[in-house]
Amino acid sequence: MNNKLLLLGDEAIAQAALDAGLSGVYAYPGTPSTEITEYIQSSPKSQAENIHCRWSANEKSAMEAALGMSYAGKRSMVCMKHVGVNVAADAFINSAITGVVGGLVFVAADDPSMHSSQNEQDSRYYGDFALIPILEPSNQQEAYDMVYEGFKLSEECGVPVMLRITTRLAHSRSGVERRAEQPQNEMHFSDDPKQFVLLPAVARQQYNRLLSKQKEFLNYSEYSAFNSYKDGPDKSKGIIASGIAYNYLMENFPNGCPFPVMKIGQYPLPETFILKMAGACEELVVIEEGYPFIENALKGLLSIGLKVHGKKDGFLPRTGELNPDIVGKAFGFEIPQMQEVPDVVKVRPPALCMGCGHRDMYDALNIVVAEKGNDSRVFGDIGCYTLGYLPPFKAINSCVDMGASITMAKGASDAGLKYAVAVIGDSTFTHSGMTSLLDAINENAPITVIISDNETTAMTGGQDSSGTGKIEAICLGLGVDPAHLHVLVPLKKNEEEMVHVLREEMNYRGLSVIIPRRDCLQTLSRKTKKH
Amino acid sequence: MKTDIILSGVGGQGILSIAAVIGEAALRQNYYMKQAEVHGMSQRGGDVQSNLRISDQPIYSDLIAKGHCDLIISLEPMEALRYLPYLSKDGWIVTNSTPLINIPNYPDINDLNSALEKVSHKVILDVDTIAKEVGSTRVSNIILLGAAAPFLGISYEEIEYGIRQIFGRKGDDVVNMNLKALAAGKAIADNHIRP
Repeated sequence: MNNKLLLLGDEAIAQAALDAGLSGVYAYPGTPSTEITEYIQSSPKSQAENIHCRWSANEKSAMEAALGMSYAGKRSMVCMKHVGVNVAADAFINSAITGVVGGLVFVAADDPSMHSSQNEQDSRYYGDFALIPILEPSNQQEAYDMVYEGFKLSEECGVPVMLRITTRLAHSRSGVERRAEQPQNEMHFSDDPKQFVLLPAVARQQYNRLLSKQKEFLNYSEYSAFNSYKDGPDKSKGIIASGIAYNYLMENFPNGCPFPVMKIGQYPLPETFILKMAGACEELVVIEEGYPFIENALKGLLSIGLKVHGKKDGFLPRTGELNPDIVGKAFGFEIPQMQEVPDVVKVRPPALCMGCGHRDMYDALNIVVAEKGNDSRVFGDIGCYTLGYLPPFKAINSCVDMGASITMAKGASDAGLKYAVAVIGDSTFTHSGMTSLLDAINENAPITVIISDNETTAMTGGQDSSGTGKIEAICLGLGVDPAHLHVLVPLKKNEEEMVHVLREEMNYRGLSVIIPRRDCLQTLSRKTKKH
Repeated sequence: MKTDIILSGVGGQGILSIAAVIGEAALRQNYYMKQAEVHGMSQRGGDVQSNLRISDQPIYSDLIAKGHCDLIISLEPMEALRYLPYLSKDGWIVTNSTPLINIPNYPDINDLNSALEKVSHKVILDVDTIAKEVGSTRVSNIILLGAAAPFLGISYEEIEYGIRQIFGRKGDDVVNMNLKALAAGKAIADNHIRP
């Protein structure tokens, strides 16, 4: 085992891509996917071999760039958290219709239990919706193997391949064995000049082409080494377990599972195997992380009255991450006598760092908002400053999706809310706030937009922010009135000035932008350590 | 051989540096290992934990089942108690005694200590004070690791090897300081086991 590397699931994915001849990774930071791109950025190989690894402005621009690299014949990977797939969806769904030239692996990192997210949507539905093969690893070695082979599968099938992981796999370390390094592809183009031109007449042909490949994708699944069937003597149940959920099943049966077990690592679901299992067992149990994706599919596949247990009949909980206890309990195993958490243990929620500029911004904002009473609401966004919802600040009234602060403030203002304030970070602003701001500018909406600028993507660990040094220029270029654009330094000693500016601009019946700017302390200390 | 460990603390305390040393030691002994970490929002001063599983047999789950944890290593006393339902009846808690108070309703220290007193198998030590005695405030985590060393199922020499691997590129002085810290922690644990 000494020749193995001890890697996070995310790092195993990155290492596999590097070994498989990757020419570029495209991504926007998002937990739990961030470490994939960071690993490639810090690898000596990406520098030596000019592998693209700079952060993209958002997931859609990342997806499109990855498709462009594939168009030119090279292997590309695009990585994002599950809600990032929503942002990339237009490009992603259509990339299945155009197909690929160079292999394209699309990594979607889901976050069941919402450890760091606003929902726990299951990206397998997106893969299914796009009609492409999906791979779902159960451990770090499989994550490596699936990405390594995923590029080949993508090129053979002529479509992007989705790798679906969940938080626990992304952020857990284990030994991983590497395979032989492949060279990068030479640049080459499709023989079909219309492949990527999705005009309706071409798109109809391309869509038919994609549909006609479905049988081939199914065939790949039926023979995939990532799908396996292990017979068991007790046929009262047949168990279908996918991805990391397979581990929680096996953890409960240290001496081997008495029931037949179908382990799923590749989709579309291998129908032949499942039908065979259904024929041999009295009922089926589905153990899967996320939504009841397989369970739903089985109910369509097996219109033969066989009982299927899973998340829809309460055999397993409908929400949250699985673990060995939940799966064990479902099979009737007792949890051993255990100690309780003593009452003295209190909840310790995350908080804005002491000395963080967002704190000073919220302190000043809260003073002015209190003056306005019920005529005022603050629309928040996605980032560290979302923690402004918690005490002692209790400063924001919404957190929905990247960029929503500005446009929700505008909509509420359109509805008659007198003082609508948006709070958005610099990286979130360039990710999805610029078009929102343009909407507000075009109507000179009477809203106050606070771009709380710490010159980094802080929440995910201090990655470079696309707009650093350009925020004022972007605002002015979009058409913000220079008389209503202010840059402030969020420090306690400047509170009076900040309160004054905020009060003036909230009273102003047009659009204003206020940029409190101070370095993120975490990013600053990391930078200082490096030098 | 199989040891299931929960490392706990508060985001920013550096529980992962302890895991890194144990990981090096475990890999050198050709053990299987899985280590689940917490990244993202909780790292901003919230409670954090890492499940570290080491075995000479393949490991399935990244997460430890309730009542099966052999050892809780905690950099903070209240955080040590948060994972009690996971501790097996013969399991040990090795924890720092100094609270990190960043919430308004942090419990009274006497209440906290009496809750800790009720745990059957424990080593409680003030790592910062010992670190000062050893000669560097930067080795607190390694003192805690030293105090946990007798319960890891890995030989002390292998843990020393882990220290050399992790700190080697920082020079001999740093390595020696950390080895000294490891020994100071272990001495305290030895006293607990053989009073």
